[in-house]
Amino acid sequence: MSADVVIGAASGTPHLRPRKLGATLSARLAYAFAAPSLILLAVVMLLPIAAVIAMSFTDYRLGDLGVTFAGVENYTKLAGDRTFWRALTNTLVYVAMVVPGAVLLGLLLAVIIDGLDHGKAFYRLVFFLPVTATVVAMALVWKYLLHPNIGPFNLLLRALGLPTIDFFSNPDLVLAGLAIINIWSLAGFNMVLFSAGLTSVPQELHDAASVDGLDHPLDRFFHVTLPLLGPTTMFVIVTSTITAFKVFDTVAVLTRGGPRGSSDVLLYTTYLEGFSYFRMGSAAAMTVVFLAVILIFSLIQARVLDRKVHY
Amino acid sequence: MAASVEIDDIRKSYGPTRSLKGVSLDIRAGEFMTLVGPSGCGKSTLLRIIAGLMPQSGGEIRISGAPIDHLPPKARDVAMVFQSYALYPHMTVAENIATPLNARRLSRFARLPLIGRLAPFQNVARARIREDVETVARLVEIESLLQRKPAALSGGQRQRVALARAIVRQPKVFLMDEPLSNLDARLRVTMRTEITALHKRLGATFLYVTHDQVEAMTMSDRVAVMMEGEIVQCASPQELYDAPADIRVARFIGSPEINVVPADELFRACTEMARHIGPQAADLDIAFRPEALRPAGEAPLFDCRLEQTERLGYDVLLFLRIAGWNGRLTARMTAEEFGRLVPCEGRIAMHLSPNALLAFDRSGRRTALHAAPAERSVREMAHVG
Amino acid sequence: MRAPTRPTRLRPFLRQLAAHTVLLFLAFLFLFPFYVMLVTSFRAPQELFTPVFHWLPQQFTGLDYYVEALTTSPVLTFMKNGAIISLGILAVQLLTAIPCAYALAKMEFRGRDLIFAVVIFALTIPIQAPALPLFLGLNAFGLLDTYFAAMLPSFLSVFAIFLLRQTFKSYPDEIIHAARLDGLSEWSILWRIVVPGAIPAISAFAIFSLTTHWNDLYWPLVVIRSNELMTPPLGLSYFADSETGENYGALMAVATILTLPLMVAFLIAQRQFIRGITMTAVK
Repeated sequence: MSADVVIGAASGTPHLRPRKLGATLSARLAYAFAAPSLILLAVVMLLPIAAVIAMSFTDYRLGDLGVTFAGVENYTKLAGDRTFWRALTNTLVYVAMVVPGAVLLGLLLAVIIDGLDHGKAFYRLVFFLPVTATVVAMALVWKYLLHPNIGPFNLLLRALGLPTIDFFSNPDLVLAGLAIINIWSLAGFNMVLFSAGLTSVPQELHDAASVDGLDHPLDRFFHVTLPLLGPTTMFVIVTSTITAFKVFDTVAVLTRGGPRGSSDVLLYTTYLEGFSYFRMGSAAAMTVVFLAVILIFSLIQARVLDRKVHY
Repeated sequence: MAASVEIDDIRKSYGPTRSLKGVSLDIRAGEFMTLVGPSGCGKSTLLRIIAGLMPQSGGEIRISGAPIDHLPPKARDVAMVFQSYALYPHMTVAENIATPLNARRLSRFARLPLIGRLAPFQNVARARIREDVETVARLVEIESLLQRKPAALSGGQRQRVALARAIVRQPKVFLMDEPLSNLDARLRVTMRTEITALHKRLGATFLYVTHDQVEAMTMSDRVAVMMEGEIVQCASPQELYDAPADIRVARFIGSPEINVVPADELFRACTEMARHIGPQAADLDIAFRPEALRPAGEAPLFDCRLEQTERLGYDVLLFLRIAGWNGRLTARMTAEEFGRLVPCEGRIAMHLSPNALLAFDRSGRRTALHAAPAERSVREMAHVG
Repeated sequence: MRAPTRPTRLRPFLRQLAAHTVLLFLAFLFLFPFYVMLVTSFRAPQELFTPVFHWLPQQFTGLDYYVEALTTSPVLTFMKNGAIISLGILAVQLLTAIPCAYALAKMEFRGRDLIFAVVIFALTIPIQAPALPLFLGLNAFGLLDTYFAAMLPSFLSVFAIFLLRQTFKSYPDEIIHAARLDGLSEWSILWRIVVPGAIPAISAFAIFSLTTHWNDLYWPLVVIRSNELMTPPLGLSYFADSETGENYGALMAVATILTLPLMVAFLIAQRQFIRGITMTAVK
């Protein structure tokens, strides 16, 4: 925008304007506006990510004087590391438990509430409440709730003559116990997302379906509502997956990865590796794996969102 | 205080599209100049370039002879009233009007939200600002609305606030971008007269943009007709009506639209016309206003079939067809005259004076109608301006 | 899912009844943990360890546990830290993101699209990813175990930039033009004209940010060592640790105190809360 030599189109007289036009906003101003965020972006996000990737190729430990390049050693070690694979499998199993539970429960709640004549706001409030609660606090409550001896859940089982279930001391059940907590705190969130999707299904479609012979609500649900909720459902599934993958708080507070590593999840083992054992190199490699998984799901999420918008 | 505005060969392109193709216009100090044209012709773009909100691709703007292109909007001493009024939604009317004064008269420190009040020496300035706001509010009759927010105002009231905000700055030039478009018809009529009165009272230079030719005709000292990025004609409203330089102007100005018939079709419908106009006119388009078609009378006469009438109270519009041409002619006469007409099997004879004709060549430009006998030429001069 | 018009009026009523029954049952299940949390904080220890469940405390311990919690444990300190850190983070987030979002939305400059693409990319990165290098960096500067360390990674909110850019983009250009003509500088226009119009979006974001950072465990766990700086989740987890013998009464009291602020805020401003927290999804 500085020097402007313009050959007049219609009139044919050339104008030389070395002065800047007052109508254009200086780019410098824009850079000044964006600078603080950009600096933060570089310092707090971009550089660290680059550093993590770089670190994953070293065998740096906290306190080392120098950094030695180790190639892909960390990754090959991870590939053969039983603990890491256990953490990864645990996380996947956990996700496989949480996602269907949270998604279906959220869908169920949204659909039933949508069909109510009164009280929608009340129920939405009730089911959303767990989403706002501090996870650590509620984890402790659930610890008490599911306590093998004095917890109300097992007291109820005993009253019904059923055997008690000890979630957090049983390696086979601990993930399920944690999953219950996560489903409880996630369902309300999904319910809100589904409700938003439901309100965008126009009533005329239901009416048209009724006229076409799909009278029964279940029929209409499967043939009208569910297909139109397709994009929303996809989106909720992916979002829940990403959330479930990032599980940490409940493990850190309740089980510490136990008993005997049966509830060790990806983030927890990474945390230990980096901030307890201070083996930065291998922790960085784990972080990269974690990041890669999340990125893949985020890409899927973006793709789904794109389709949802254009639906 | 009033200033002249010189628009010198302004060009604006967006990539390959040229929205302004070398616009030049001289606006006299204190004049009410209207820029009129169909949507998309570039008039709003030109206004924004003058205001400094958009950079031009070429050309220069001068106010009172001094170039202003290098100045940011706030330094150009122009005020603008937007089509959407652009009032600050979170401020009261008084605060809206005071904004330009605060920005110019108070120091930076004094303008800070809470602690600004602690700045020294601002009380006098603030008092004067309050006074000026009230004066202007009285001028546009919104004193009672000063504490309201824009959302609580009607369209007409918001319009006045926008006007007040512009007036309070006492700028050299007022720019108005279709300010009446969002108002209902009746309010538009009222505001038209108010704005015209305001112009007289302030004596400032007004550059008014609209697509409504009625506004252009009724409010302006001069009108510049813009089409497709160019000014086609700039003249007084009457001159535009009587002596349009381009067929597009002829079509745009005047309601109902001017009748345009290719000359040879006209001759076919009334052979006598050729005698009056001259055969060399065969290539031209002939245009005449609806009121030029008179009921019966002397030759030349057209044998027309009356298809439809529209009664407008005092006037009547007649829609006619002539032999040999697909188009419809519009005629206008008073209801009284229409009452005396007796259509015979739906046919009427209409008289069209050759003096009322305008001729346009194939490229749209107006040409002299006929190289006819001298006495007629003199009479033509009066029309052909 | 309204029932089609049928001669019987019983059907819709039964359907509603069934729906309410199911929902009330589920609501009871969902609220049960909260109920337990509250009730346990009012119970005497002996009650807790009997294998019998009483709905209401036999022995109402009154506010004993709460008093104990408030006096013996640094609960109030935890809350103070939570507030300082969350608010500090929010303040920096807004101060940096608002101008950046405005530049991306309304100004033209080279590199704008590239920067926006980077912003979108950064949206996908979870906060745990940069943890290691940030920890090392803070350690090298001796800044671990400070408020600053706890706040640093969260100062940047690409989400705020993204969201506010969207909001600012839809702000009418004409009002900004009017402000320019009136003589306001771009900085003034941003803060005096555009930002007041974006208050709903900003408050929704504020809720999202405050909730997220009040509840965050991971990063505080990494950088905070001293009790005086612990945030609510961190403090609670240490408190739970130290509670050998499982003094659930006190634990529940502390849990209640720490969870209460957000939940009360939620009850007061439900719609904004739901909007705020589900924002990430509706991006």
